[in-house]
Amino acid sequence: MSVQKENSMVKQKQMLADHFMALSEAPMTGRKVCYTFVPGNLTELITAFDMLPVYPEINSLQSGMRQRSRDFIREAEDAGYSEDVCSYVKCDIGMMLQGNIGPTDQQLPPPDLLLLSYTGCFVFMKWFENLRHLYPKAEIAMLHIPYQADGKVEPSAIEYIKEQLRTEVIPKFEKVAGRKIDDAVLAQCMNRSAMAEDLLINVFESARHRPSPIDAYFGGVYYIGPIFTSFRGSQACVEYYEELWKEVQERVALKLGPITPDGTFTEKYRLVVEGPPNWTNFRDFWKLFYEHGAVFVGSTYTRVGGVYDYGFRHSAEDPLKSLAEYCMGCYTNRNLPQRIDLIEKFIKDCDADGLVINSIKSCNSFSAGQLAMMRDIEERRGIPVGFIETDLVDPRYYSYSNIKNRLDSFFQMLEQRKELVGKAVLVS
Amino acid sequence: MPSRFAESRSRISDLTLDEAFQTAKKLFEDLSFGYATDWKSEQQNRRIVGFLPIYVPREILHALDMLPVGLFGAGDKIPVVRGDAYFQSYICHLPRTVIEMALNDSLKDFDAFLFPAICDVIRNLSGIFQLTYKDKLVRFLDFPQNFQSAVGGVFYRHELERLAADLGALNGKSLSTDALNHSIGLYNQNRALLKDLSNFRSSYPHKLSAADHYLILRAGQVMTVEHHNAYVERILELLPSVEAIEADKIRVVVSGSFCEQPPLGLIRTVENAGCYIVDDDFQLGLKWTEGDIPDKTEDPVGALVNAYLNNSTFSSAVYDGDNPKEISLERQVREHRADGVIFCAPSFCDPALLDRPILEKAMERKHIRHIGFQYHENLGQFHVVKEQAGTFADMIKLWD
Repeated sequence: MSVQKENSMVKQKQMLADHFMALSEAPMTGRKVCYTFVPGNLTELITAFDMLPVYPEINSLQSGMRQRSRDFIREAEDAGYSEDVCSYVKCDIGMMLQGNIGPTDQQLPPPDLLLLSYTGCFVFMKWFENLRHLYPKAEIAMLHIPYQADGKVEPSAIEYIKEQLRTEVIPKFEKVAGRKIDDAVLAQCMNRSAMAEDLLINVFESARHRPSPIDAYFGGVYYIGPIFTSFRGSQACVEYYEELWKEVQERVALKLGPITPDGTFTEKYRLVVEGPPNWTNFRDFWKLFYEHGAVFVGSTYTRVGGVYDYGFRHSAEDPLKSLAEYCMGCYTNRNLPQRIDLIEKFIKDCDADGLVINSIKSCNSFSAGQLAMMRDIEERRGIPVGFIETDLVDPRYYSYSNIKNRLDSFFQMLEQRKELVGKAVLVS
Repeated sequence: MPSRFAESRSRISDLTLDEAFQTAKKLFEDLSFGYATDWKSEQQNRRIVGFLPIYVPREILHALDMLPVGLFGAGDKIPVVRGDAYFQSYICHLPRTVIEMALNDSLKDFDAFLFPAICDVIRNLSGIFQLTYKDKLVRFLDFPQNFQSAVGGVFYRHELERLAADLGALNGKSLSTDALNHSIGLYNQNRALLKDLSNFRSSYPHKLSAADHYLILRAGQVMTVEHHNAYVERILELLPSVEAIEADKIRVVVSGSFCEQPPLGLIRTVENAGCYIVDDDFQLGLKWTEGDIPDKTEDPVGALVNAYLNNSTFSSAVYDGDNPKEISLERQVREHRADGVIFCAPSFCDPALLDRPILEKAMERKHIRHIGFQYHENLGQFHVVKEQAGTFADMIKLWD
């Protein structure tokens, strides 16, 4: 069955195709290339220097979705990387060792600048130390984002980030780009980012409707594509979210649920999910939920590239401060109690029936502590929690039958709870 | 009545070497941290602060009348009953035994816990402690990865001042210049003594086994610094008179064991298989700062900040932009006249395992032999390690 595509999906696909074309042509056009990460990305700054961003973890997930990650991971393990470490890293390094052919089958250019934005994930730092050896000619800029350990942003942390931007990151950009930063372009990008962020939050909050017009996880990963990667701050990005928001509003008016690869379905369970999805078996994984009538109304993974739920928006007023606040706020840079609070907010706001935790073997930043989070949520909300284990892009850690067994039990719990709640309502 | 461990603090000058090793072993095996509890009970304002690997500025804790106690898990000494319910199978072992100790009340006399920024697991373990210990101070300690004094230095100073204020609130003390200078002096002395001990070990590995050396260092993670200084000094007095015959073993540097600790049995196995461990990173935090920190200054916090920025040893937890760690490892091999490197990391340890390909390639470029294996802190079977280490030793002895 062919997948039903909406205008926003078509638009995003074109944006990506154009971007990868620009990347493949970079050696000819002379545009500089900056490798960086999604959490704490400084896309506005990259755009202000007219550089092209590459996100290694996006390449890895694309490789996973295209069933290429197994070979890349094997290549990296042959080169000495342990089976125990992050599969994104191994997939990226394996891809590079096999010629750096990107998701559109075009060769990715090597980086002119490695921008290590160390935000919410320790492995990022090690990843870039490894990339530095693989790309010895690239300039390296390090941006250390302190952790929100005490559940708040310390003013000293903001000052620290601003100083790093001023004394380390921007000078490196200027050196690579061969020119000074264009403040007007940066301000324009920041304003456009805020517009896109408003629209994205509208889309996410539409999940409060019954039925939810979106799947905030499996659909959500597409919705965050433009804003978390190469396009935040661009006019195309704003237009994408305008189109998406229009489509979502139409679905709300018609009381339609989200579109899946198999079309629409009747909403039965409303779920919140913690953790990234599995990419190697993405459709199968999604189907395990929608075949039960389950829709995700909230997801934490779609906040790794920025948490906009509490009002943060990029601002042109003090751009460096705004970029610092953005970086500090990314989901995995928040402490466990904050992460639990956000999950609880989703559950309350969207009247969710249950929580699913997809624990990722590769990702300690997400996974370490999830069992404690699970217990805390169960105590706070008294809702069923399903705990499953997969991986990002290592297909060896996707066991369909194990996941299905666990989810079948979880859905039975949900069903029983619905019956109990229904009886209680009748009695009262 | 003297407390259980007070005696070990009072009669250092009479200790024999065997007794000294027994003291260290007793401390190593005591998972109820009786030494720390006894020390705390002697004076009302004393506090115990547990910290996770690798490094914390213990000088600040000491200056506030607090005993820093390193929490390195429990090895195979306790069954993990509840700890496994907190961590998935693909997460390293150390946090399981730490949380097990927290839940079985081994840490009940501790007043605060510090979690240094070394990896995502230790970072998130701080969150579990926040959820578990709502009545105790739980602090994640962020270290700057920017080493400019006007940038990372300013941030780190703020972190240390905030830490000192939060800790001081536990016993009503504030950090004084004199007290901190005094503490810095004591820890300078400690590092100097440990360096002497390591040098002795490197020069005469047959006179002090790697396991005993390890236990002496581990004692420093729970003893008061004054006690540990006197204790190591006494051991250094006694060691030269040890009579032992040097065996035909190769000399190795062990790298990658800075957090979750290898079982003692593993250390012994490596050595028994023909490899003298002439340097290692088992207790890296104790020798984190290279050289002395100024201890007669108007700004001792500044001295600690400068030492961190400019005189820290190399580590997988620190961004090494301008100071590549492979060069430091090569230097370590050279300085200790090692024949090879054993990369010995805990399973699922991101920092060590992601460094390994870089370090291995660097060793190959310099024609330094190396092998690698992984362990859990509760590993009980060492046959494979013995085979690997033995083959490595034979290979070097036969062909180099």
